[in-house]
Amino acid sequence: MAEKMELDKVVVWDGNYAAAQALRQAQVDVVSAYPITPSTGVVEGYGKFLSDGYVDGEFIMVESEHAAMSGCVGAAAAGGRVATATSSQGFALMAEVLYQASGMRLPIVLCVVNRALASPLNVRGDHSDMYLGRDSGWIQLDAFNAQEAYDLVLMAFKIGEKHNVRLPVMVHQDGFITSHTAQNVHPLSDDEAYAFVGDYKPLDELLDFSRPVTYGAQTEEDWHYEHKAKQHKALIDSRVEIDAVFAEFEKITGRKYKRVESYMMDDADVAIVALGTTVETAKMVAEELRKEEGIKAGVVAPRVFRPFPFDAIKETLANVKAVGCMDRSAPGGALGALYNEVTSALHSGGSTALVTNYIYGLGGRDLTVDAIKDIYRELDKNAKSGKRSGKIQQFVSLRGPKLEYFE
Amino acid sequence: MSTIKKIRNLKDLSTSNDRFEGAHLLCPGCAHSIIVRELMNCTDDNLVISSNTGCLEVCTAVYPYTSWDTSWIHIGFENAATSIASAEAMYKARKRKGTLKDPDAPVKFVAFGGDGSTYDIGFQWLSGAVERGHDFTYICLDNEVYANTGGQRSGSTPLGASTTTAAAGRVSYGKKQMKKDLVGIMAAHGAPYVAQLAPNKWKDMIKKMQTALATEGPVFINAISACTTEWKFNPKDTISITDLATDSLVFPLYEIINGTELNITYRPKNVIPVKDYLGAQGRFRHLFKPENAHILEQWQKNVDAQWEYLQRREEARV
Repeated sequence: MAEKMELDKVVVWDGNYAAAQALRQAQVDVVSAYPITPSTGVVEGYGKFLSDGYVDGEFIMVESEHAAMSGCVGAAAAGGRVATATSSQGFALMAEVLYQASGMRLPIVLCVVNRALASPLNVRGDHSDMYLGRDSGWIQLDAFNAQEAYDLVLMAFKIGEKHNVRLPVMVHQDGFITSHTAQNVHPLSDDEAYAFVGDYKPLDELLDFSRPVTYGAQTEEDWHYEHKAKQHKALIDSRVEIDAVFAEFEKITGRKYKRVESYMMDDADVAIVALGTTVETAKMVAEELRKEEGIKAGVVAPRVFRPFPFDAIKETLANVKAVGCMDRSAPGGALGALYNEVTSALHSGGSTALVTNYIYGLGGRDLTVDAIKDIYRELDKNAKSGKRSGKIQQFVSLRGPKLEYFE
Repeated sequence: MSTIKKIRNLKDLSTSNDRFEGAHLLCPGCAHSIIVRELMNCTDDNLVISSNTGCLEVCTAVYPYTSWDTSWIHIGFENAATSIASAEAMYKARKRKGTLKDPDAPVKFVAFGGDGSTYDIGFQWLSGAVERGHDFTYICLDNEVYANTGGQRSGSTPLGASTTTAAAGRVSYGKKQMKKDLVGIMAAHGAPYVAQLAPNKWKDMIKKMQTALATEGPVFINAISACTTEWKFNPKDTISITDLATDSLVFPLYEIINGTELNITYRPKNVIPVKDYLGAQGRFRHLFKPENAHILEQWQKNVDAQWEYLQRREEARV
């Protein structure tokens, strides 16, 4: 039996340690992991808690991230609570197994500490890995700070393990900016946290010998399509359960989460749509610009990246005149993923807002307050004139001549 | 409590509880089903089985059917060792926490892979799981070729065999490289039990399987599995081809305990020439052309050297 840990009402944790504490409080049975910067702290934390008797489980330090996720799949199929963490190249190496985990409907929690993908090799944060996971059939939750990383990991277990969801869940946080920055966090007590997450309830487990199960069967053109459609339905339907878990969490903590977070959007003319820590900077900048320059600026942030909150995005942005979609991933010959998804939601609602796609922050390049101010100013100009002043896709804070595409 | 099942004769084996259903899609004459069925019949313990992608997997779990009347999981081509090792880890965690449905039920963890997924693509996953010391048995169904994808060379394909990606032709005698000594490599991991077995020698096979299951810690077994389709022989000859493999010492039967204690478990009374084994299979037919005589000679030399090496190791206990 694991010993309980006394926690202060307010603690100073970085994002990795916050996630590790959530794994401990959920009393994860098996962590199967491989070290990679900047996510290593999550599983190091779990390992240390195990060594000190604060969690009772099995810690399998495997020989690659592919094996880490393979281990999560095998352990989850054996009917217990499972989690791991990774970043970047590790995430890419896991990619094959991510699809197998979701296809087998195994509620694994993966803490993704976002980092750029090589080449060139880069250990800093961007959202390349998060985007790589977007068709993998996982629920993707996005934390903007350490508190949220803690909260969302606890909630991830509860969402994914519901028998009417049964899907793996990624909890994203930005590499270094969140993962390595110590911040104030208000944790739950061990008892409160465990009571919230609840006991793991096995379903179709390999270790129930009274009812043998076959995991990972083959389906060809006769059944594959139905399986994948059912998986998509589970993801879309999980929206209701995600909302329910958010509501339950608010009841015990007072901390309110929505599938799309919005700030100062009631009367906003212009809005930035962003993920990760950029949301926090954009909030601060929007407030300043409202005071200093009278720009009616707002911020919209998908808390749940998958299932994509199509309807909520459409509603939240219904009345704005200009939108800046911020993509922190190399767009690879297209418009940014967030731009594409947000514009499709806006289009379906008949919005005529001018939407600009800002590519920024690749490989950890800072997005400064001044750069965000310039973006808001440009959006405001677009909103007032009714036409876009620059091109649709623009690269922010890039050396050399301005890089922009599409009209 | 786990006990070793008594199997005195073939009748005991044939009347065992059949947890591997006969209704599968493996080729007639495929040795995979013989080996898998006997593994499952040699114990009464509960089994959790994992399989790599390959012939066995695609022929036994095509939705909505399954041939497995036991817990079974397949993830991908390379990771059956990891999936079984982590299922075993979950078993340990849940046993300690008291969350198992039947905590006293004896259970064994077994992984199956073909040689492609064991010697090649899944080698890292196997090596890692063995190094970590999980309590499981990994059985390689070694048919020396990527049979499921239509006969490509693997790290287990022997010298001179013709495969679709190392074909014998006007200027080639087939595969240029030797088969990888995977049994030796796995023994070098320090695994408590490593063995090579063949389905024609069923008593030796059952004994090794039962030893494997009774051993605590990681066990690796390499099982020769004659492939009627890619080795090109009549499906009725599976066992007689395997007899030629063991009696020519091309496929010697032995075990290695704790990485050092090597025991040869079958010494043929009459050792037959290697060419008798090679000549019985279409994949080696071209070696009997005059220009390839040197490969036949090389083959015999290699087999003699391997047998001498095993005997030396058996004696030296290193």
